[in-house]
Amino acid sequence: MKNRLLKRLAVGAVALSLVAAACGDDSDSGDSTADTTAATADTTATSDTTAAAAEECTEPTKVKLQLQWFIQAQFAGYFAAQDQGYYADQCLDVEIVEGGVDIVPQQQLADGAVDFALSWVPKALASREAGADIVNIAQVFQRSGTLQVSFKDKAITSAADFSGKKIGNWGFGNEFEIFAALTKAGLDPAKDVELVQQQFDMAALLAGDIDAAEAMTYNEYAQVLEAKNPDTGELYKPEDLNVVSYEAEGVGMLQDAIWASGAKLASDEAYKATAIKFVAASLKGWAYCRDNAESCRDIVVAKGSKLGASHQLWQMNEVNKLIWPAAGGVGAFDSAAWDRTAALAQETKNLEGKTVLTKAPDAAAYTSDIVTEALALLEADGVDTKGGSYAPVEVTLNEGGN
Amino acid sequence: MNPLVRRVVRRSALFVVALVFIAALWEFYKVVGPEDGGALFGINILPRSNSRAMPHVWDMLSRYGRPELRSSERKIWRVVLAGAWFSLRLSLVGFAIGTTVGIALAILMARFKVVERGLLPYLVVSQTVPLIALAPLVVSWGGKLEVFGYEWPRWLSASVLGAFLAFFPVAVGTLRGLSSANPASLELMDSYAASWTQTLFRLRFPAAVPFMVPALKLAASSSVIGVVVAEISTGLRGGIGRLIIEYAREATGDPAKVFTAVFGAALLGLAMAGLVAAFDLCAMRNRPKEAL
Repeated sequence: MKNRLLKRLAVGAVALSLVAAACGDDSDSGDSTADTTAATADTTATSDTTAAAAEECTEPTKVKLQLQWFIQAQFAGYFAAQDQGYYADQCLDVEIVEGGVDIVPQQQLADGAVDFALSWVPKALASREAGADIVNIAQVFQRSGTLQVSFKDKAITSAADFSGKKIGNWGFGNEFEIFAALTKAGLDPAKDVELVQQQFDMAALLAGDIDAAEAMTYNEYAQVLEAKNPDTGELYKPEDLNVVSYEAEGVGMLQDAIWASGAKLASDEAYKATAIKFVAASLKGWAYCRDNAESCRDIVVAKGSKLGASHQLWQMNEVNKLIWPAAGGVGAFDSAAWDRTAALAQETKNLEGKTVLTKAPDAAAYTSDIVTEALALLEADGVDTKGGSYAPVEVTLNEGGN
Repeated sequence: MNPLVRRVVRRSALFVVALVFIAALWEFYKVVGPEDGGALFGINILPRSNSRAMPHVWDMLSRYGRPELRSSERKIWRVVLAGAWFSLRLSLVGFAIGTTVGIALAILMARFKVVERGLLPYLVVSQTVPLIALAPLVVSWGGKLEVFGYEWPRWLSASVLGAFLAFFPVAVGTLRGLSSANPASLELMDSYAASWTQTLFRLRFPAAVPFMVPALKLAASSSVIGVVVAEISTGLRGGIGRLIIEYAREATGDPAKVFTAVFGAALLGLAMAGLVAAFDLCAMRNRPKEAL
């Protein structure tokens, strides 16, 4: 009897070690496939640069961009660049890959499944610290769009008012701005507030389960304004709500940025040339969306977004506010904002006492080279890259965002 | 009336009655249940009965008749049906792969005792791997892997995840079935000097059918679950899983919408179960009563 048990245990151990070995093999072969694709991309890219030099585009370079989520106006600039032919003008054939619940864009990039990926800066830096060789090549969103939304009667107008309240947060690394704001306001996240894990929607706020809900200006905040207030029978209005903006609280962390493969940037001239063209065309797309919010809304809707048209226009408008005006040029790096993000990522502890980063990101975590050359291309093209005169539009939300 | 037809009619009638009963129960709870949920023994256990959490049955039904978005002409029932059809096809591919792999493994295991002892623990272990951990890995094959010169399509990853869940019950059930042949019959085959393959197809497989049918039913629903979860997890466009997650985002403003997609997923499961039931009828039709 005992003997058989021993045998089974031994079999189990062998099984586990085999599985582990198999996993190891897997990632190896994954790498080698990535290498071969890189090599193929390399050859096509080289022939392309020569073609581009000859001012004609016989075979466009294939580029894959990984989004963080489904098609929505948050990514309108890239769809506009595709739709308006800006990518084609740069001799690029861009495939925009949608995200999903369990798709980590910077991981897809590090695995070589895509050529470029969008990601929030703190999350991508954490992946970089964990060994992913990824580099930020364009800081598209210059401001943070995270809010804490509450109803007027809770009287929460700044982070200091969080004291004693139920504060919803998304977790998964989306909670650090909240913790930074609490710390800055002199509150102890463990004692002074009740932190509640919140779904990526506003249901808990509307149901009264939490006092203040984490929300993005361009998405969840609008969801509240699209819901009916059962007391009045009309939609909730901005006047019903208090909004704490983490950007205004001084603890905003940088969000959507374009990330590229560090190894390929360093070793592969053709990839670097593609990156410059890709960033230039993408930023031109964002400039188009700044001036043509409604047209960009239509582009995104036509791409098959399931979000309603008014929600989509709202999102377009709010995203524009996060990008424009861009004092240093769209996509350029503001070292103050970068340093603040990096510092907050190292200092802010969440409830488990964890920080996003354990040490300062190295200097190679972002490069201005690509975006500087891209901006020069755009300037030569007569594109307004700063948007100094940008003014947001007025958006009326309908029920359910329709 | 033909007894088969009668059975089908009776079952459909029962199904409709059950549906009406569930709908009535839902509305009943909406009337008596606490508007903002309630606690039993200090634990928040009673669901909220307000219309945001539990829309009226007629609201959900009428939602089918209205367009998906104000800007589009397409009624939501068409969108949901199209999504269910897409996922059904993926599930069928997953079910086919899973069944093939499952039966192949079962034959191997039935033929060689060593394989059974070595493989079966792995099969059990394989089912403890969470699907959502596997999904991003399998999905990243898309665009990286080439099969016979064709690029690995993203939808195939979802089917593979469906197959991953589906093969297990088939393998275990078929194995059990293959070894369930009557010893006297086996001896008879031996006395005919029948080869192992002859015994397999003439004796073991027919004997295995009653074990395989419930296994296939399990596999059918598992493959649907695998595909829907993979769609949700990886954001694969076109299927019912994607619709569920997209509509769920609008649950604050349009609570009935997400239920339309959830019912679509239920319909999908029913369709798959129906297919297996049809196979059951086919495979068992010539079986003498005493063999059952």
